[in-house]
Amino acid sequence: MPTYRPGPVSLILAALVALFLLLPLLAVIPVSLTPTRMLAMPSGELSLRHYRALIEDPRWINSILLSIRIGIVSSAFSTVLALCFSLGVWMFQPRFTAALVGFVLLPMVVPPVVSAITLYFLLTSISGVSSFFGYDTWLGVAMAHAVMTVPFATVLILVSLSQLDRRIDLAARGLGATVWERATRIIMPNIKFGIVTAALLSFVLSWEEIGVTLFITSVNAITLPRLMWMGLRDNIDPAIAALSVILIIITVLVLAARSAVIRLRGVQ
Amino acid sequence: MKAYLSDRMGAALLMAPLLLFLAAAYAWPFFGVVNWSFTLPEPGLGQYGTLLSDPLVQSVFIRTLRIAAIVTIVSVAAAYAITVVWVRGTPAQRVVAEFCILVPFWISVLTRAFGWVALLSNRGLFNTWLQAIGFISEPLTLVRNEFGVIVGMTHFLIPFAVFPLASSMRSLDDRVLLAARGLGSSRMRTFWSVFVPMTRSGIIGSALIVFVFSLGFFVTPAILGGGRSVMVAELIYLRIFQSPDWGLGAAISVVLVLFVGALMALLFRYVRPKQLI
Repeated sequence: MPTYRPGPVSLILAALVALFLLLPLLAVIPVSLTPTRMLAMPSGELSLRHYRALIEDPRWINSILLSIRIGIVSSAFSTVLALCFSLGVWMFQPRFTAALVGFVLLPMVVPPVVSAITLYFLLTSISGVSSFFGYDTWLGVAMAHAVMTVPFATVLILVSLSQLDRRIDLAARGLGATVWERATRIIMPNIKFGIVTAALLSFVLSWEEIGVTLFITSVNAITLPRLMWMGLRDNIDPAIAALSVILIIITVLVLAARSAVIRLRGVQ
Repeated sequence: MKAYLSDRMGAALLMAPLLLFLAAAYAWPFFGVVNWSFTLPEPGLGQYGTLLSDPLVQSVFIRTLRIAAIVTIVSVAAAYAITVVWVRGTPAQRVVAEFCILVPFWISVLTRAFGWVALLSNRGLFNTWLQAIGFISEPLTLVRNEFGVIVGMTHFLIPFAVFPLASSMRSLDDRVLLAARGLGSSRMRTFWSVFVPMTRSGIIGSALIVFVFSLGFFVTPAILGGGRSVMVAELIYLRIFQSPDWGLGAAISVVLVLFVGALMALLFRYVRPKQLI
Protein backbone atom coordinates (compact mmCIF):
# COMPACT_ATOMS: atom_id res chain seq x y z
CA MET A 1 0.00 0.00 0.00
CA PRO A 2 1.44 3.39 -0.91
CA THR A 3 1.88 5.88 1.87
CA TYR A 4 2.37 9.62 1.87
CA ARG A 5 6.04 10.33 2.61
CA PRO A 6 7.69 13.71 3.27
CA GLY A 7 9.35 15.23 0.20
CA PRO A 8 12.89 16.63 -0.16
CA VAL A 9 11.98 20.12 1.14
CA SER A 10 10.49 18.63 4.32
CA LEU A 11 13.54 16.47 4.83
CA ILE A 12 15.95 19.40 4.50
CA LEU A 13 13.95 21.55 6.94
CA ALA A 14 13.68 18.67 9.42
CA ALA A 15 17.44 18.08 9.17
CA LEU A 16 18.07 21.75 10.02
CA VAL A 17 15.82 21.49 13.08
CA ALA A 18 17.55 18.26 14.11
CA LEU A 19 20.91 20.00 13.83
CA PHE A 20 19.62 22.90 15.96
CA LEU A 21 18.40 20.43 18.60
CA LEU A 22 21.68 18.51 18.81
CA LEU A 23 24.16 21.38 18.40
CA PRO A 24 24.29 22.63 22.03
CA LEU A 25 24.59 19.05 23.27
CA LEU A 26 27.59 18.48 21.01
CA ALA A 27 29.15 21.85 21.88
CA VAL A 28 29.76 20.85 25.50
CA ILE A 29 32.10 18.01 24.47
CA PRO A 30 35.08 20.15 23.31
CA VAL A 31 34.54 22.60 26.19
CA SER A 32 34.76 19.76 28.72
CA LEU A 33 38.24 18.88 27.42
CA THR A 34 39.72 22.37 27.71
CA PRO A 35 42.93 22.55 29.77
CA THR A 36 42.16 26.08 31.07
CA ARG A 37 40.31 27.04 34.20
CA MET A 38 37.85 29.17 32.29
CA LEU A 39 35.19 28.37 29.78
CA ALA A 40 36.94 28.24 26.41
CA MET A 41 37.53 26.09 23.38
CA PRO A 42 40.64 23.94 23.77
CA SER A 43 43.43 25.19 21.50
CA GLY A 44 45.65 22.22 20.72
CA GLU A 45 46.06 20.49 24.04
CA LEU A 46 43.25 18.41 25.57
CA SER A 47 42.86 17.63 29.25
CA LEU A 48 40.67 15.54 31.52
CA ARG A 49 41.21 17.78 34.54
CA HIS A 50 37.56 18.83 34.72
CA TYR A 51 36.43 15.20 34.82
CA ARG A 52 38.93 14.62 37.62
CA ALA A 53 37.55 17.63 39.49
CA LEU A 54 34.13 15.97 39.54
CA ILE A 55 35.54 12.98 41.41
CA GLU A 56 37.99 14.85 43.62
CA ASP A 57 35.96 17.88 44.66
CA PRO A 58 33.74 16.85 47.61
CA ARG A 59 31.16 19.49 46.67
CA TRP A 60 30.17 17.58 43.53
CA ILE A 61 30.10 14.18 45.26
CA ASN A 62 28.04 15.52 48.17
CA SER A 63 25.49 17.17 45.93
CA ILE A 64 25.16 14.03 43.78
CA LEU A 65 24.54 11.91 46.89
CA LEU A 66 22.05 14.46 48.22
CA SER A 67 20.17 14.52 44.90
CA ILE A 68 19.96 10.73 44.88
CA ARG A 69 18.66 10.65 48.45
CA ILE A 70 16.05 13.35 47.79
CA GLY A 71 15.08 11.64 44.52
CA ILE A 72 14.49 8.27 46.19
CA VAL A 73 12.50 9.64 49.11
CA SER A 74 10.34 11.99 47.05
CA SER A 75 9.77 9.40 44.33
CA ALA A 76 8.72 6.73 46.83
CA PHE A 77 6.39 9.16 48.57
CA SER A 78 4.78 10.51 45.40
CA THR A 79 4.42 7.05 43.80
CA VAL A 80 2.65 5.60 46.85
CA LEU A 81 0.27 8.58 47.13
CA ALA A 82 -0.41 8.57 43.38
CA LEU A 83 -1.01 4.80 43.39
CA CYS A 84 -3.53 4.93 46.25
CA PHE A 85 -5.33 7.87 44.69
CA SER A 86 -5.50 6.25 41.25
CA LEU A 87 -6.74 2.95 42.70
CA GLY A 88 -9.49 4.85 44.50
CA VAL A 89 -10.48 6.61 41.28
CA TRP A 90 -10.44 3.43 39.22
CA MET A 91 -12.12 1.02 41.66
CA PHE A 92 -14.83 3.28 43.01
CA GLN A 93 -15.31 5.91 40.29
CA PRO A 94 -16.52 8.43 42.84
CA ARG A 95 -18.50 11.52 41.94
CA PHE A 96 -16.45 14.65 41.18
CA THR A 97 -13.63 12.46 39.86
CA ALA A 98 -12.80 14.98 37.13
CA ALA A 99 -12.56 17.84 39.61
CA LEU A 100 -10.43 15.81 42.04
CA VAL A 101 -8.03 14.67 39.30
CA GLY A 102 -7.87 18.27 38.07
CA PHE A 103 -6.88 19.40 41.55
CA VAL A 104 -4.14 16.76 41.74
CA LEU A 105 -2.75 17.87 38.36
CA LEU A 106 -2.48 21.54 39.41
CA PRO A 107 1.26 21.53 40.24
CA MET A 108 1.87 20.29 36.69
CA VAL A 109 -0.04 23.08 34.93
CA VAL A 110 0.54 26.07 37.21
CA PRO A 111 3.66 27.98 36.08
CA PRO A 112 6.63 26.47 37.96
CA VAL A 113 7.65 29.84 39.38
CA VAL A 114 4.26 30.18 41.09
CA SER A 115 4.63 26.67 42.55
CA ALA A 116 8.09 27.75 43.67
CA ILE A 117 6.88 30.81 45.60
CA THR A 118 4.02 28.70 47.03
CA LEU A 119 6.43 26.04 48.32
CA TYR A 120 8.75 28.78 49.59
CA PHE A 121 5.83 30.08 51.66
CA LEU A 122 5.10 26.55 52.92
CA LEU A 123 8.67 25.69 53.93
CA THR A 124 9.43 29.05 55.55
CA SER A 125 6.21 28.64 57.55
CA ILE A 126 7.28 25.15 58.66
CA SER A 127 10.76 26.45 59.54
CA GLY A 128 9.16 28.59 62.23
CA VAL A 129 8.08 25.37 63.96
CA SER A 130 10.82 22.86 63.17
CA SER A 131 14.41 23.37 62.09
CA PHE A 132 14.63 19.76 60.97
CA PHE A 133 12.00 19.96 58.28
CA GLY A 134 11.52 23.22 56.42
CA TYR A 135 13.36 25.82 54.35
CA ASP A 136 16.82 24.66 53.22
CA THR A 137 16.55 21.13 54.68
CA TRP A 138 16.75 17.97 52.61
CA LEU A 139 13.41 16.67 53.90
CA GLY A 140 11.77 19.94 52.93
CA VAL A 141 13.21 19.69 49.43
CA ALA A 142 12.04 16.07 49.17
CA MET A 143 8.52 17.07 50.14
CA ALA A 144 8.49 19.97 47.68
CA HIS A 145 9.70 17.65 44.93
CA ALA A 146 6.95 15.18 45.82
CA VAL A 147 4.38 17.96 45.30
CA MET A 148 5.85 18.70 41.88
CA THR A 149 6.19 15.08 40.71
CA VAL A 150 2.96 13.58 42.06
CA PRO A 151 0.81 14.83 39.12
CA PHE A 152 3.11 13.09 36.62
CA ALA A 153 3.05 9.83 38.63
CA THR A 154 -0.75 10.05 38.86
CA VAL A 155 -1.14 10.58 35.10
CA LEU A 156 1.08 7.60 34.30
CA ILE A 157 -0.73 5.27 36.72
CA LEU A 158 -4.19 6.43 35.59
CA VAL A 159 -3.19 5.84 31.95
CA SER A 160 -2.03 2.29 32.66
CA LEU A 161 -5.22 1.64 34.69
CA SER A 162 -7.33 2.86 31.78
CA GLN A 163 -5.87 0.06 29.65
CA LEU A 164 -6.81 -2.59 32.23
CA ASP A 165 -9.81 -4.87 31.57
CA ARG A 166 -12.45 -4.15 34.22
CA ARG A 167 -13.86 -7.66 33.91
CA ILE A 168 -10.94 -9.27 35.74
CA ASP A 169 -11.62 -6.99 38.71
CA LEU A 170 -15.35 -7.70 38.51
CA ALA A 171 -14.62 -11.44 38.49
CA ALA A 172 -12.43 -11.12 41.59
CA ARG A 173 -15.10 -9.06 43.27
CA GLY A 174 -17.81 -11.58 42.37
CA LEU A 175 -15.68 -14.35 43.85
CA GLY A 176 -15.60 -12.47 47.14
CA ALA A 177 -12.24 -10.69 47.08
CA THR A 178 -11.89 -7.78 49.49
CA VAL A 179 -10.84 -4.32 48.34
CA TRP A 180 -7.33 -4.98 49.63
CA GLU A 181 -7.08 -8.30 47.76
CA ARG A 182 -8.41 -6.78 44.55
CA ALA A 183 -5.91 -3.94 44.77
CA THR A 184 -2.80 -5.92 45.67
CA ARG A 185 -3.40 -9.27 43.93
CA ILE A 186 -5.48 -8.40 40.89
CA ILE A 187 -4.93 -4.78 39.87
CA MET A 188 -1.38 -3.94 40.94
CA PRO A 189 0.31 -6.94 39.27
CA ASN A 190 -1.37 -5.88 36.03
CA ILE A 191 -0.15 -2.28 36.16
CA LYS A 192 3.31 -2.91 37.62
CA PHE A 193 4.95 -1.52 34.49
CA GLY A 194 3.02 1.75 34.96
CA ILE A 195 3.94 1.92 38.66
CA VAL A 196 7.64 1.39 37.96
CA THR A 197 7.55 4.00 35.18
CA ALA A 198 5.85 6.46 37.54
CA ALA A 199 8.53 5.89 40.19
CA LEU A 200 11.35 6.29 37.66
CA LEU A 201 9.86 9.44 36.14
CA SER A 202 9.36 10.94 39.61
CA PHE A 203 12.99 10.21 40.42
CA VAL A 204 14.25 11.76 37.17
CA LEU A 205 12.07 14.86 37.61
CA SER A 206 13.35 15.30 41.18
CA TRP A 207 16.94 14.70 40.07
CA GLU A 208 16.64 17.50 37.47
CA GLU A 209 14.43 19.87 39.44
CA ILE A 210 15.84 23.39 39.66
CA GLY A 211 13.02 25.99 39.40
CA VAL A 212 11.49 25.16 42.79
CA THR A 213 14.75 24.05 44.41
CA LEU A 214 16.24 27.51 43.84
CA PHE A 215 13.49 29.08 45.93
CA ILE A 216 13.66 26.66 48.85
CA THR A 217 17.39 26.12 49.43
CA SER A 218 20.26 28.42 50.27
CA VAL A 219 23.41 26.89 51.78
CA ASN A 220 22.63 23.48 53.30
CA ALA A 221 20.54 21.48 50.84
CA ILE A 222 22.65 21.93 47.70
CA THR A 223 21.34 19.45 45.15
CA LEU A 224 23.26 18.75 41.95
CA PRO A 225 21.19 21.13 39.76
CA ARG A 226 21.54 23.79 42.48
CA LEU A 227 25.33 23.41 42.40
CA MET A 228 25.34 23.57 38.60
CA TRP A 229 23.24 26.72 38.77
CA MET A 230 25.74 28.35 41.12
CA GLY A 231 28.55 27.42 38.75
CA LEU A 232 26.66 28.81 35.77
CA ARG A 233 25.70 32.14 37.21
CA ASP A 234 29.00 33.48 38.45
CA ASN A 235 32.24 32.34 36.86
CA ILE A 236 31.37 29.54 34.53
CA ASP A 237 33.10 26.41 35.77
CA PRO A 238 34.15 24.00 32.97
CA ALA A 239 33.50 21.10 35.38
CA ILE A 240 29.85 21.70 34.43
CA ALA A 241 30.77 20.80 30.86
CA ALA A 242 32.34 17.54 32.01
CA LEU A 243 29.27 16.77 34.12
CA SER A 244 26.97 17.64 31.20
CA VAL A 245 28.85 15.27 28.89
CA ILE A 246 28.40 12.45 31.42
CA LEU A 247 24.68 13.20 31.83
CA ILE A 248 24.18 13.35 28.05
CA ILE A 249 25.94 10.01 27.57
CA ILE A 250 23.76 8.40 30.28
CA THR A 251 20.60 9.79 28.62
CA VAL A 252 21.62 8.51 25.19
CA LEU A 253 22.44 5.06 26.59
CA VAL A 254 19.15 4.79 28.49
CA LEU A 255 17.12 5.88 25.45
CA ALA A 256 19.01 3.45 23.19
CA ALA A 257 18.40 0.60 25.66
CA ARG A 258 14.73 1.53 25.86
CA SER A 259 14.23 1.51 22.10
CA ALA A 260 16.15 -1.78 21.86
CA VAL A 261 13.82 -3.32 24.45
CA ILE A 262 10.75 -2.00 22.61
CA ARG A 263 12.07 -3.40 19.32
CA LEU A 264 12.78 -6.82 20.86
CA ARG A 265 9.30 -6.97 22.34
CA GLY A 266 7.80 -5.92 19.02
CA VAL A 267 9.58 -8.81 17.29
CA GLN A 268 8.23 -11.44 19.67
CA MET B 1 -26.80 -0.26 50.98
CA LYS B 2 -24.03 -1.59 53.15
CA ALA B 3 -21.88 -2.40 50.12
CA TYR B 4 -22.52 1.11 48.81
CA LEU B 5 -21.37 2.66 52.05
CA SER B 6 -18.23 0.55 52.22
CA ASP B 7 -17.47 1.50 48.63
CA ARG B 8 -17.61 5.14 49.55
CA MET B 9 -15.41 4.50 52.56
CA GLY B 10 -12.89 2.64 50.44
CA ALA B 11 -12.73 5.40 47.86
CA ALA B 12 -12.34 8.01 50.55
CA LEU B 13 -9.60 6.09 52.34
CA LEU B 14 -7.60 5.55 49.17
CA MET B 15 -7.99 9.04 47.77
CA ALA B 16 -7.68 11.01 50.99
CA PRO B 17 -3.89 10.84 51.58
CA LEU B 18 -2.94 12.54 48.31
CA LEU B 19 -5.78 15.05 48.48
CA LEU B 20 -4.91 15.99 52.06
CA PHE B 21 -1.22 16.20 51.23
CA LEU B 22 -1.81 18.58 48.32
CA ALA B 23 -4.37 20.58 50.26
CA ALA B 24 -1.83 21.13 53.04
CA ALA B 25 1.35 21.43 50.97
CA TYR B 26 0.01 23.23 47.88
CA ALA B 27 -3.47 24.77 48.23
CA TRP B 28 -2.99 26.23 51.69
CA PRO B 29 0.38 27.89 50.96
CA PHE B 30 -0.96 29.19 47.66
CA PHE B 31 -3.63 31.09 49.55
CA GLY B 32 -0.87 32.27 51.83
CA VAL B 33 0.87 33.79 48.80
CA VAL B 34 -2.41 35.38 47.66
CA ASN B 35 -2.70 36.80 51.17
CA TRP B 36 0.83 38.27 50.91
CA SER B 37 -0.21 40.10 47.77
CA PHE B 38 -3.01 41.89 49.67
CA THR B 39 -1.24 42.49 52.99
CA LEU B 40 2.47 43.19 52.36
CA PRO B 41 3.76 45.70 53.13
CA GLU B 42 0.34 47.08 54.12
CA PRO B 43 -3.24 45.80 53.70
CA GLY B 44 -4.99 46.82 50.52
CA LEU B 45 -4.72 46.66 46.78
CA GLY B 46 -1.52 48.71 46.72
CA GLN B 47 0.62 46.04 45.04
CA TYR B 48 -1.88 45.61 42.23
CA GLY B 49 -1.82 49.39 41.76
CA THR B 50 1.99 49.19 41.50
CA LEU B 51 1.61 46.45 38.89
CA LEU B 52 -0.48 48.76 36.75
CA SER B 53 1.65 51.87 37.19
CA ASP B 54 5.29 50.82 37.65
CA PRO B 55 7.11 51.21 34.30
CA LEU B 56 9.71 48.54 35.23
CA VAL B 57 7.08 45.88 35.96
CA GLN B 58 5.22 46.82 32.79
CA SER B 59 8.32 46.63 30.63
CA VAL B 60 9.00 43.13 32.05
CA PHE B 61 5.44 42.03 31.24
CA ILE B 62 5.67 43.41 27.72
CA ARG B 63 9.06 41.79 27.15
CA THR B 64 7.71 38.47 28.45
CA LEU B 65 4.73 38.59 26.08
CA ARG B 66 6.95 39.55 23.14
CA ILE B 67 9.52 36.80 23.80
CA ALA B 68 6.77 34.23 24.41
CA ALA B 69 5.10 35.16 21.10
CA ILE B 70 8.33 34.92 19.09
CA VAL B 71 9.34 31.66 20.79
CA THR B 72 5.89 30.18 20.15
CA ILE B 73 5.95 30.92 16.42
CA VAL B 74 9.50 29.69 15.91
CA SER B 75 9.17 26.53 18.04
CA VAL B 76 5.87 25.43 16.55
CA ALA B 77 7.19 25.93 13.00
CA ALA B 78 10.41 24.05 13.78
CA ALA B 79 8.55 21.31 15.63
CA TYR B 80 6.20 20.94 12.67
CA ALA B 81 9.10 20.38 10.29
CA ILE B 82 10.65 17.61 12.39
CA THR B 83 7.30 16.04 13.37
CA VAL B 84 6.36 15.54 9.71
CA VAL B 85 9.42 13.33 9.32
CA TRP B 86 8.98 11.63 12.71
CA VAL B 87 5.38 10.62 11.92
CA ARG B 88 5.39 10.21 8.16
CA GLY B 89 9.00 9.37 7.25
CA THR B 90 10.52 6.02 6.32
CA PRO B 91 11.37 3.77 9.30
CA ALA B 92 15.02 4.89 9.25
CA GLN B 93 14.07 8.57 9.11
CA ARG B 94 11.69 8.04 12.02
CA VAL B 95 14.40 6.55 14.22
CA VAL B 96 16.72 9.50 13.56
CA ALA B 97 13.97 12.07 14.13
CA GLU B 98 12.85 10.38 17.34
CA PHE B 99 16.44 10.38 18.62
CA CYS B 100 16.80 14.10 17.89
CA ILE B 101 13.52 14.89 19.69
CA LEU B 102 13.82 12.61 22.73
CA VAL B 103 17.49 13.11 23.64
CA PRO B 104 17.13 16.87 24.21
CA PHE B 105 13.73 16.30 25.84
CA TRP B 106 15.24 14.13 28.56
CA ILE B 107 18.31 16.29 29.17
CA SER B 108 18.04 18.78 32.01
CA VAL B 109 17.22 22.39 31.30
CA LEU B 110 20.50 23.45 32.93
CA THR B 111 22.64 21.28 30.66
CA ARG B 112 20.82 22.59 27.62
CA ALA B 113 21.16 26.22 28.64
CA PHE B 114 24.83 25.57 29.37
CA GLY B 115 25.23 24.05 25.90
CA TRP B 116 24.06 27.33 24.39
CA VAL B 117 26.46 29.29 26.59
CA ALA B 118 29.28 27.04 25.37
CA LEU B 119 28.19 27.61 21.80
CA LEU B 120 27.33 31.31 21.77
CA SER B 121 29.42 33.05 24.43
CA ASN B 122 32.30 35.38 23.51
CA ARG B 123 34.88 32.61 23.82
CA GLY B 124 32.43 29.92 22.69
CA LEU B 125 32.52 27.62 19.71
CA PHE B 126 30.69 29.91 17.33
CA ASN B 127 32.72 33.07 17.95
CA THR B 128 36.02 31.17 18.07
CA TRP B 129 35.26 29.60 14.72
CA LEU B 130 34.07 32.81 13.06
CA GLN B 131 37.22 34.60 14.24
CA ALA B 132 39.44 31.73 13.11
CA ILE B 133 38.17 31.95 9.56
CA GLY B 134 38.53 35.73 9.73
CA PHE B 135 34.86 36.46 9.22
CA ILE B 136 34.70 38.76 12.24
CA SER B 137 37.41 40.44 14.30
CA GLU B 138 35.46 41.11 17.51
CA PRO B 139 33.26 38.43 19.07
CA LEU B 140 29.53 38.87 18.47
CA THR B 141 27.34 39.28 21.54
CA LEU B 142 25.00 36.30 21.24
CA VAL B 143 24.16 35.54 24.87
CA ARG B 144 23.26 37.69 27.84
CA ASN B 145 20.68 39.39 25.67
CA GLU B 146 17.23 38.74 24.25
CA PHE B 147 18.60 36.80 21.28
CA GLY B 148 20.21 34.22 23.54
CA VAL B 149 17.01 33.90 25.59
CA ILE B 150 14.91 33.29 22.47
CA VAL B 151 17.34 30.70 21.08
CA GLY B 152 17.57 28.81 24.38
CA MET B 153 13.82 28.83 25.03
CA THR B 154 13.03 27.72 21.49
CA HIS B 155 15.46 24.85 21.91
CA PHE B 156 13.89 23.84 25.19
CA LEU B 157 10.29 24.01 23.94
CA ILE B 158 10.51 22.32 20.52
CA PRO B 159 10.11 18.77 21.96
CA PHE B 160 7.05 19.90 23.93
CA ALA B 161 5.56 21.37 20.77
CA VAL B 162 6.17 18.10 18.92
CA PHE B 163 3.80 15.86 20.94
CA PRO B 164 0.43 17.53 20.17
CA LEU B 165 1.47 17.96 16.54
CA ALA B 166 2.47 14.29 16.28
CA SER B 167 -0.84 13.16 17.72
CA SER B 168 -2.82 15.21 15.18
CA MET B 169 -0.63 14.02 12.29
CA ARG B 170 -0.98 10.37 13.31
CA SER B 171 -4.76 10.51 13.29
CA LEU B 172 -4.75 11.95 9.78
CA ASP B 173 -6.08 9.71 6.99
CA ASP B 174 -3.41 8.88 4.42
CA ARG B 175 -5.94 8.37 1.65
CA VAL B 176 -6.93 12.03 1.64
CA LEU B 177 -3.33 13.03 0.93
CA LEU B 178 -2.90 10.37 -1.74
CA ALA B 179 -6.17 11.48 -3.31
CA ALA B 180 -4.93 15.07 -3.47
CA ARG B 181 -1.70 13.91 -5.11
CA GLY B 182 -3.62 11.59 -7.44
CA LEU B 183 -5.82 14.47 -8.55
CA GLY B 184 -2.70 16.26 -9.71
CA SER B 185 -1.97 18.61 -6.81
CA SER B 186 1.73 19.38 -6.32
CA ARG B 187 3.59 18.38 -3.13
CA MET B 188 3.59 22.00 -1.97
CA ARG B 189 -0.09 22.47 -2.58
CA THR B 190 -1.04 19.14 -0.95
CA PHE B 191 0.97 20.18 2.09
CA TRP B 192 -0.44 23.69 2.44
CA SER B 193 -4.06 23.11 1.44
CA VAL B 194 -4.69 19.59 2.75
CA PHE B 195 -2.08 18.50 5.29
CA VAL B 196 -1.71 21.71 7.34
CA PRO B 197 -5.45 22.50 7.65
CA MET B 198 -6.12 18.96 8.83
CA THR B 199 -3.61 19.30 11.68
CA ARG B 200 -5.11 22.57 12.91
CA SER B 201 -6.07 21.29 16.36
CA GLY B 202 -2.50 20.07 16.90
CA ILE B 203 -1.11 23.45 15.88
CA ILE B 204 -3.41 25.32 18.27
CA GLY B 205 -2.69 22.89 21.11
CA SER B 206 1.03 23.03 20.61
CA ALA B 207 1.12 26.83 20.28
CA LEU B 208 -0.87 27.30 23.50
CA ILE B 209 1.32 24.84 25.42
CA VAL B 210 4.50 26.56 24.28
CA PHE B 211 3.08 30.01 24.98
CA VAL B 212 1.93 29.05 28.48
CA PHE B 213 5.30 27.42 29.24
CA SER B 214 7.25 30.43 28.03
CA LEU B 215 5.27 32.88 30.17
CA GLY B 216 6.45 31.26 33.40
CA PHE B 217 9.90 30.28 32.22
CA PHE B 218 12.69 30.88 34.67
CA VAL B 219 15.95 28.99 34.25
CA THR B 220 16.79 29.56 30.59
CA PRO B 221 16.10 33.33 30.59
CA ALA B 222 18.02 33.74 33.84
CA ILE B 223 21.12 32.00 32.43
CA LEU B 224 21.05 33.15 28.82
CA GLY B 225 19.64 36.59 29.59
CA GLY B 226 22.34 37.25 32.17
CA GLY B 227 20.12 39.63 34.14
CA ARG B 228 19.73 41.95 31.16
CA SER B 229 16.61 40.45 29.70
CA VAL B 230 14.47 39.83 32.78
CA MET B 231 11.19 37.98 32.27
CA VAL B 232 8.23 37.71 34.66
CA ALA B 233 9.42 34.57 36.47
CA GLU B 234 12.86 36.05 37.13
CA LEU B 235 11.24 39.27 38.35
CA ILE B 236 9.31 37.23 40.95
CA TYR B 237 12.60 35.62 42.04
CA LEU B 238 14.30 39.01 42.31
CA ARG B 239 11.43 40.46 44.35
CA ILE B 240 11.62 37.55 46.79
CA PHE B 241 15.38 37.22 47.19
CA GLN B 242 17.31 40.23 45.92
CA SER B 243 15.42 43.44 46.55
CA PRO B 244 12.75 41.97 48.76
CA ASP B 245 9.23 43.08 48.12
CA TRP B 246 7.30 39.89 48.84
CA GLY B 247 3.94 41.57 48.30
CA LEU B 248 4.87 42.59 44.75
CA GLY B 249 6.34 39.16 43.98
CA ALA B 250 3.13 37.56 45.24
CA ALA B 251 0.92 39.95 43.25
CA ILE B 252 2.84 39.20 40.04
CA SER B 253 2.40 35.46 40.75
CA VAL B 254 -1.35 35.86 41.19
CA VAL B 255 -1.67 37.78 37.91
CA LEU B 256 0.46 35.14 36.14
CA VAL B 257 -1.76 32.30 37.44
CA LEU B 258 -4.94 34.08 36.37
CA PHE B 259 -3.55 34.77 32.90
CA VAL B 260 -2.35 31.18 32.43
CA GLY B 261 -5.67 29.87 33.76
CA ALA B 262 -7.55 31.91 31.15
CA LEU B 263 -5.27 30.56 28.41
CA MET B 264 -5.75 26.97 29.59
CA ALA B 265 -9.52 27.43 29.53
CA LEU B 266 -9.13 28.59 25.94
CA LEU B 267 -6.93 25.57 25.18
CA PHE B 268 -9.54 23.09 26.41
CA ARG B 269 -12.26 24.77 24.37
CA TYR B 270 -10.33 23.93 21.20
CA VAL B 271 -8.51 20.70 22.02
CA ARG B 272 -9.45 17.65 24.02
CA PRO B 273 -6.87 16.77 26.69
CA LYS B 274 -6.28 13.38 25.06
CA GLN B 275 -4.95 14.98 21.90
CA LEU B 276 -2.11 16.57 23.84
CA ILE B 277 -0.36 13.35 24.79
